[in-house]
Amino acid sequence: MAKEKTLIEMIDISKSYDGEVVLDEFNLNIKENEFITLLGPSGCGKTTTLRILGGFTKPDTGKVLFQGEDITDMPANKRPLNTVFQKYALFPHMNIADNIAFGLKISGKSQEYINDKIKYALKLVNLSGYEKRSVTSLSGGQQQRIAIARAIVNEPRVLLLDEPLGALDLKLRQEMQYELRRLKNELGITFLYVTHDQEEALTMSDKVVVMNQGYIQQMGTPEQIYNEPENAFVADFIGDSNIVDGTMVEDYVVKINGYKFPCIDSGFGKNKPVDVVIRPEDIEIGKPGQGIIDGVVTSNVFIGVHYEMCIEAGGIEWLAQNTRSFAVGQQVSIGVAPENIQIMNKPQSEDEEAISLEDVLGDESEGTPEEL
Amino acid sequence: MKKFLSAPFIVFILAGTLIPMCVIAYYGLTDRTGAFTIQNILAVGTGDHAKALGLSLLLSFAATLICLILAFPLGLILKDSKLGKKGFMVFLFILPMWMNFVLRTMAWQVLLEKSGPLGFLGIINTPTAVVLGMVYDYLPFMVLPIYNAMIKIDDSLIEAAYDLGASKSTVLRKVIAPLTIPGIVSGVTMVFVPSLTTFAISNMLGGGKVNLIGNIIEQEFTTSSNWNLGSGLSLVMMIFIVISMAFIEKFDKNGEGSMI
Repeated sequence: MAKEKTLIEMIDISKSYDGEVVLDEFNLNIKENEFITLLGPSGCGKTTTLRILGGFTKPDTGKVLFQGEDITDMPANKRPLNTVFQKYALFPHMNIADNIAFGLKISGKSQEYINDKIKYALKLVNLSGYEKRSVTSLSGGQQQRIAIARAIVNEPRVLLLDEPLGALDLKLRQEMQYELRRLKNELGITFLYVTHDQEEALTMSDKVVVMNQGYIQQMGTPEQIYNEPENAFVADFIGDSNIVDGTMVEDYVVKINGYKFPCIDSGFGKNKPVDVVIRPEDIEIGKPGQGIIDGVVTSNVFIGVHYEMCIEAGGIEWLAQNTRSFAVGQQVSIGVAPENIQIMNKPQSEDEEAISLEDVLGDESEGTPEEL
Repeated sequence: MKKFLSAPFIVFILAGTLIPMCVIAYYGLTDRTGAFTIQNILAVGTGDHAKALGLSLLLSFAATLICLILAFPLGLILKDSKLGKKGFMVFLFILPMWMNFVLRTMAWQVLLEKSGPLGFLGIINTPTAVVLGMVYDYLPFMVLPIYNAMIKIDDSLIEAAYDLGASKSTVLRKVIAPLTIPGIVSGVTMVFVPSLTTFAISNMLGGGKVNLIGNIIEQEFTTSSNWNLGSGLSLVMMIFIVISMAFIEKFDKNGEGSMI
């Protein structure tokens, strides 16, 4: 994938509203035919990024390049990209066919071409035969699919999607995730997707960009983001995790509250304070004395695929997931396989939590944050 | 208990609306001797009456059109104004509405009369002055429903139109205007009906030289003391009002005009 051309470059973009900085010296490269997701909590700047790309918001400083051409000042109606809005934004006074035809009519396509395109787009989103229906007669999921159809008939180079599945219920959302993936593969266009739902981001994307407070926290494949979070924010935001203070005693040994855990990380130096991330599913529960720390189960909730338990051990409350149930009050021990322990440098300041452009560019080549 | 509490309201409706309507219908459909006749209604088609009705329709139409031409861009400006005090801006525009209507019209009379500051225009006692009065008095009734309809248009719809390549004028024609129709219909009705039936504006600014259907009806009740003919003509006007109400009912389902 690294061979594919860069389609969009955002260079040193800054934007603030009423003195509040939303994006700070933001840099992002989007490659051709990539499904890239901006992921972060609300207010992290992801929607602003999308609006700057769509041409609805002007950045205070910085440039947006499209295939090397500066489009920072180009109005939205001239840009070769289309947006799918969070609230669908279908025109309520037009039927489905007229909604889909809106962009095509403006670009002066023939009626035959338009009719063919409408048929094709409706088939693509599994709503064939809906031409004459009114927008308001559709369910949320159907409306969103029409919104996607309306955008893709214009054959944009890039499709921007602003939390398009946010208003749908879980089942529909999962269905739509597969549909979007399928669409992307069939159409072969670049998707830029914005969401605060980590599961959505991991399921669909080729590349995930985790954002917070206007900075990129980490950029990588879903596997990299989940398995090798670069800092406590990413670890905390992506899935459940135990994030605890630890000390890197020496290479391959980390000490947590006085207990030594073998790990596979090196190069941190001796007695260096670090953040340790352990995913709940990686905590092995055994009989007392078998693991590294002995403890007691303090709570146990069955959540479907597994039991979610809290285990008090070594002065820390551990979140653990296991398909075997351990009763509350039971004496147990916990252990972690060395490769499942993720060591991260402690952030020195808030700014350092954000990675700079150099880190991002360097990161793409190998993607092992421990070695930075 | 509920019925008991609504009793004053029912009495009010009966005494204030239903009974007078029946009385008007009775007078309108009888002659001075009390015998049934439809002559009072047919009288609208004869001579002066027809001329007055024609002039009323023409002037109300002109006033409505001018109000619409003024209010539509005004609505757009109010919708897009980034002053953060939209409510206050709208308040300023509808402020005259709170003042007594006769006072407002009288103010124009003073301004336009021959010795007044705008006397050089020479439009006092002409249909032009009457139209001016109608526009001034009823403009807020056009602005408010149009503004209400416009602020309900989600910004994302407008952004979506731009996103799909629409120019400013296309967005205006294909998105904003069609979605403002309920407000326009409400506004048109609320300006047209009172303009059509007014007699105070034409009295004050027309100086007796501009005779509208409202003036004829007024004269039948006062100077001519012919209540039967006055009532008959009133019934004709009521038909126009009912048609207008039906129009609002059909187009303004969200009640853009109900704020007034």
